Amino acid sequence: MLNVLYFARLKDALGRDAEQIDLPHDVRDVSSLMAWLRLRGDAWERELQPGRAVRAAVNQDMADPDTPVRDGDEVAFFPPVTGG
Amino acid sequence: MNATGSSARTAAGQTSVRVQTADFDAGREIAALRAANPAIGAVASFIGVCRDLNDGAAVEEMVLEHYPGMTEKSLARIAAEARERWDLIDILIIHRVGRILPTEQIVLVVVTSAHRGESFAACEYLMDYLKTRAPFWKKEHTPDGSRWVDARASDDAAADRWK
Repeated sequence: MLNVLYFARLKDALGRDAEQIDLPHDVRDVSSLMAWLRLRGDAWERELQPGRAVRAAVNQDMADPDTPVRDGDEVAFFPPVTGG
Repeated sequence: MNATGSSARTAAGQTSVRVQTADFDAGREIAALRAANPAIGAVASFIGVCRDLNDGAAVEEMVLEHYPGMTEKSLARIAAEARERWDLIDILIIHRVGRILPTEQIVLVVVTSAHRGESFAACEYLMDYLKTRAPFWKKEHTPDGSRWVDARASDDAAADRWK
């Protein structure tokens, strides 16, 4: 099971702030999880496409596309940060 | 007060990170740090304030969202990195979340050290990294509706100069 979180613009566009996903067999890292989510189509395809300004964190650390994703992880997707 | 954060005392001083909805009193925070440690010879501080105009639109209010848990973790890490680069006594970071109106305070960074060079540099470093790595997002409410604020390339450039 993955705990997946969405923040800011992504939360609004995707219509949810969190969900639990049974780890799909072909998901090994951040980029393959994004590809799997894009299969939902519509806003998912649009918001998570390569080239969009999307950042990811795995277990609350900033992640890269090739950061591994394992069962039990907390994965978050969000736009570039704008605090301060 | 709705606040989360951490406080770690080091031999020389302490690192405190607080994320809260309530406003803060910079004068009182600085006075408390000074009173606690006679080794302090310099205090540098930065306050970020909500403006009433951004990208050509009037801002009526702003709502700051964050990622609870990761926020505190990332700020503590940025503070630890600053301590590796400079000889510092205290680091205090307070960042507000929730609804903030123009003229209100958003963020406070205070750095203390024996001499001014370390405090000046570390204060700017902390803000540059906070702006590019700490998971906060601003949503502005304008007369035309609400909009998420886009990240600025100039903020990335400001953080990159410390590499």
